[in-house]
Amino acid sequence: MNEIVPSHNIGTYVPMVDGPEKVSGRAKYTADLVLPGMLAGRILRSPYSHAEILEVDVSEAAKLPGVRAIVTGADCDKCFGVLPVARTEHVLARERVRYRGEPVAAVAAIDDATAKEALRRIKLKVRELPAYHTAQEALAPNAVTIHERRPHNIERDVLFELGDVEAAFAGADLLREGTYNCAEVCQNQMEMHAAIADYDAVRERMTVHASTQVPYYVHLMLAQILDMDMSRIRVIKPHVGGGFGCRTEALNVELIAALLARKAGGCVRLVVNREETFITHRGRPETDIRLKIGMRKDGRITAVECECIQRGGAHSGYGIVTILYSGSMLYAIYDLDNVKYIGKRVLTNTPPCGAFRGHGTVDVRFAFESLLDEMAAALKLDPFAVRRANLLRAPTFTPNDLMVNSYGLPECLDWVERESGWKARGGKLPRGKGLGMACSHYISGASKPVNWTGEPHATVKLKLDFDGSIVLLTGAAEIGQGSSTVLVQSVAEVLGLDLSRIRIVSGDSEVVPKDNGSYSSRVTFMVGNAAIEAAQNLKAVLVAAAARKLDAKPGEIECLGELYRAGAQDKGLTFNEVVTEALKDTGTITVTGNYSTIPESHGGKKYRGAAIGGTMGYSYSAQVVEVSVDEETGVVTVDKVWVAHDCGKALNRLTVEGQVQGSVWMGMGQAMSEEAAYHDGLMVTANMLDYRVPTIQDSPPIEVGIVESIDPHGPFGAKEAGEGSLAAFLPALTNAIADAIGLRFNNLPVTPDRVFAALEKRARDRKAERVTNGGGRS
Amino acid sequence: MPRILEFTLNGRTRTDAVADNVLLLDYLREIVGLTGTKTGCDGGECGACTVLVDDKPRLSCLTLAASIAGCRVDTIESLAQEGRLSAVQRGFHEKLGSQCGYCTPGYIMASAGLLRRNRNPSDAEIREALGSNICRCTGYVKIIEAVKHAAALCADGLTP
Repeated sequence: MNEIVPSHNIGTYVPMVDGPEKVSGRAKYTADLVLPGMLAGRILRSPYSHAEILEVDVSEAAKLPGVRAIVTGADCDKCFGVLPVARTEHVLARERVRYRGEPVAAVAAIDDATAKEALRRIKLKVRELPAYHTAQEALAPNAVTIHERRPHNIERDVLFELGDVEAAFAGADLLREGTYNCAEVCQNQMEMHAAIADYDAVRERMTVHASTQVPYYVHLMLAQILDMDMSRIRVIKPHVGGGFGCRTEALNVELIAALLARKAGGCVRLVVNREETFITHRGRPETDIRLKIGMRKDGRITAVECECIQRGGAHSGYGIVTILYSGSMLYAIYDLDNVKYIGKRVLTNTPPCGAFRGHGTVDVRFAFESLLDEMAAALKLDPFAVRRANLLRAPTFTPNDLMVNSYGLPECLDWVERESGWKARGGKLPRGKGLGMACSHYISGASKPVNWTGEPHATVKLKLDFDGSIVLLTGAAEIGQGSSTVLVQSVAEVLGLDLSRIRIVSGDSEVVPKDNGSYSSRVTFMVGNAAIEAAQNLKAVLVAAAARKLDAKPGEIECLGELYRAGAQDKGLTFNEVVTEALKDTGTITVTGNYSTIPESHGGKKYRGAAIGGTMGYSYSAQVVEVSVDEETGVVTVDKVWVAHDCGKALNRLTVEGQVQGSVWMGMGQAMSEEAAYHDGLMVTANMLDYRVPTIQDSPPIEVGIVESIDPHGPFGAKEAGEGSLAAFLPALTNAIADAIGLRFNNLPVTPDRVFAALEKRARDRKAERVTNGGGRS
Repeated sequence: MPRILEFTLNGRTRTDAVADNVLLLDYLREIVGLTGTKTGCDGGECGACTVLVDDKPRLSCLTLAASIAGCRVDTIESLAQEGRLSAVQRGFHEKLGSQCGYCTPGYIMASAGLLRRNRNPSDAEIREALGSNICRCTGYVKIIEAVKHAAALCADGLTP
C-alpha cells in the first residue's frame, strides 16, 4: 500500500524559520549593515521642554572639516504622523520645540567624532514658554496652547453613553467607584532605533533601511517628508530587534537619516543610543482612570462609567486611536448593556506616546478587573463567579457594534481555576501569600486599516520556479514575533509540503507586496488568510497540471504534497514532475492571495470614532497570579503565573507559548517596576538601570494553557496570541497582593517602597486606633 | 595612541594596531566586522554585548580592547563547528529562547560560559549566570528551558 501522506505542521511546535541566523550571529540588524561611503549621523536635541525657536545657527558647525550635511527645521516644512487626521509633527522642530529631546538639527559627517563636534558648535536660541509635564497642568484654564489646532491642549475628547447608565446604577445592589493611576511605560525593545538612508543623486532615488514594524508607513512618510514620488523610494526592513508598538509609526530617526542623505548626496547611518531611543518614545501614556461599576448581588454588572485621562506627550501620534480603544474595548469581553465613557487625550510637554502592546486596553482593564475583585469581595462572591455571571454568548454583536464570533473565555477561566488549584487555595493561603485572578482580551488586527485605500487588507505572492522552490513574498514585518514562520507554515500546510520547500522574503518594498505591517496583532489573521488563499491558488495550478499529465480530471487528483496522483493505485507524479508540467505554458508561476475583512467587523457608527475596536476576532485571556509579600521590606515576589489564552487555534504552539509568556512578563514589568519618570521634562529613567525591567532573577515560571475556540474566519481558526494576555497580569497581581496582605494598590507600578509605605501607614493607623480606643476605656 | 594588540579571537591569533580608548565591542563590530555581538544600551546595562574572555563572560562594552592582550576571546561567531550549531545555539533555537534575536548572542555566550564550567546547572545557577542580561521578548521562561536543553545536548556529546 502506498503510505504517502501530506506533511502537516499546523498545531505543532515549530522553531522559527529564521532562528538559525539569530542564534549564530548572522542575522543582520540595521546597525550591523555597512554600506560603502557611509556617513555618520547625529541628532541635536532640545534641552527645553517648551520654547519658541529664535535661531538655529549652524554656521560654525558647517565650517568644520568632515561635515557633509546639516539639516534643521528650515530644511523641511512638511509634517508627519501616523494618523491622516493628525499629521502635525515636524521631523526637526520648526518655530517651537515642544519636549525635551525633540530633534532640532542633525549632522552627517565622515565619522562619529566629527558629527559629535559639529553638534557642539550648533547654537540654539529660544524664548522659553510655560511647560506642562502633567495632564492636569496642561488642562489648567490659563495654559498656553501647545499645538494651535488643539485648544485647551486636548487632542481628543471622547464621550459616549450606550444604554441608560443612571437607571442601571439605580437598579444595582452594590455601587463602587475607584480611581487608578498607571505610570507611563516604554517598549524598551532591545535594538535601539537605527536607520541607514542611501540617496542616489543620479537617479534621484532613496533607499532606507529602517528598524520598523511597518515599512509601508515609513515609505509613505518618506515620500511626504522628502516631497518625492513614492516610486522613487525603497524601504528595506532588516532583522528587527523587537518593537512592541513603538515602531508602528515612522519615527523621526529614519526621516532625519533620509533628509541628511539627500542633502549630503550619499549614504548616512543614524543609530541612536538607548537614551535617545527612550526619548523617541511612543510608549503607553500615563493614565488616570475613574471607574464606577454597578453590580447585582449575583455578580451581574448593571452599568459601567469610566473616565480616562491620558498624558499624550507633545505630538499626536496614535493618540486619538489610543483614547478611543480605551473606551471601545470596555466591551467585547463581558456582556455589558449600559456603559458611559469619558475620554481625554491631553497634549503635554513630554515625549510623544504611541501604541504599546495591548494598545489602549491595558490600563482600563487594570482598573476594571481590580474593581470587579473588590466588588466580588464585598458581595462575598468568588472572583471567578463574578466573571462567569457576565460572560458573552458568541456569536454576538456588542452594543457598540463589535463582532464577536468566537469566545473561549469560559474555557480560559476553567483552565486557570483548575491548574492553579484555586478552589482549594483561593483566599486560603497563609498571611503574606496570595492568589489573584483577572481576564483580558485583544483584537486580531484592526478591521479598518489606518490608511483606507480600498485595497485588500493583505496580499501575499508565491513564486514557483523550475527548481521546485516556493518563494513566499510578503511585506509583513518579522520583528521577532514569528510572523515569517507562521506564514511559511500556512503555505506548507495547504500544499502538504515540508517547511524546507518554502523560502520567505519579507520587508523589501522593491520585491514584496505592500503590507499594512506588524501591529494590532493583525499578521496571523490577515496575512495568514492571504497566505492560505495564495497557497490554494498555487495548489489549483499544480492540480490542473497533474491532471493534464495524468490524463485525469482535476477533481480526481489527490495532492499529497510531494506526490500528486489520480487514485490510490496510481504511481503518480513527484512534486518536481508536476512543477515541470505546470511551467510548460507560463514559465515561472506567480500566484496571489488576498484577504479582506468583512464589513460587519468594521465597528459601528454610534459615536464618533466607534470603528476603533472593530476586528475579525478577539483573543481572550484569564490569569491567576501567586505572590509572596515580605512585610518587612515591601518586596513582592511573583511565585507563579497560570495563564490561559484563547488564540482560536494555535498554529505554532511553540511561538504561541512564547508570545503569551512574553506578554504576561511585559505586564509584570508595568505592574511592578517600570516607570518613565521626568524631572522638569527630562526623562530621568532613560536607561536600563533606572527603567527597571524585570531580570531573570525576578521572573516567575509562567504556565500556559492554550484554548482553541476555532474562529470561523481565522486562518485554520486562529486569532491573535501576542497581546491579549498582557493586561490581565496587572490586576491579577494587585488582586493577589490584596489577598496576601489585605491592601489594595490602585497606582502602578507597585514598587517595594509603595508597598512598604502602605504597610507602615496601616500599622500607624492601627496604632492610632488602639490608642484612641484604649483612651476611651481608661 | 594606537598600539599593537595581539590576542586570540575565535581560535585565530590576531595582531592589530588599536587605539587605547577603543572598546572591545567597537573593535569587534567596527574593525573586525563581527557584528554578531550587539550594542543594546549605553554601557553595562543589558548584556547584549557579552563575549567570553578566557572562557569567562565579559561585557565587551565595558572592556577596553587594549586590555585583552594575550587573552582568548570568543564571540557568537565562534560557536558553530563545521557549520553545525553548538549545543547552546540549538537549545535557543529549538526551545525558542530567542524571539527577536537581538539579545540572543549575549545570552548564548553567557550560557556557553556557564556550561563550560558547569555541565549540569540548576535553575538557580542558570538564573544567576544570566542575571545581568536583559531580554524583552521571552519572559525568560524559554531561555531557562533552552539552557537546560543545551545541557542535555552537552551530555550527549555536543560542545556548549
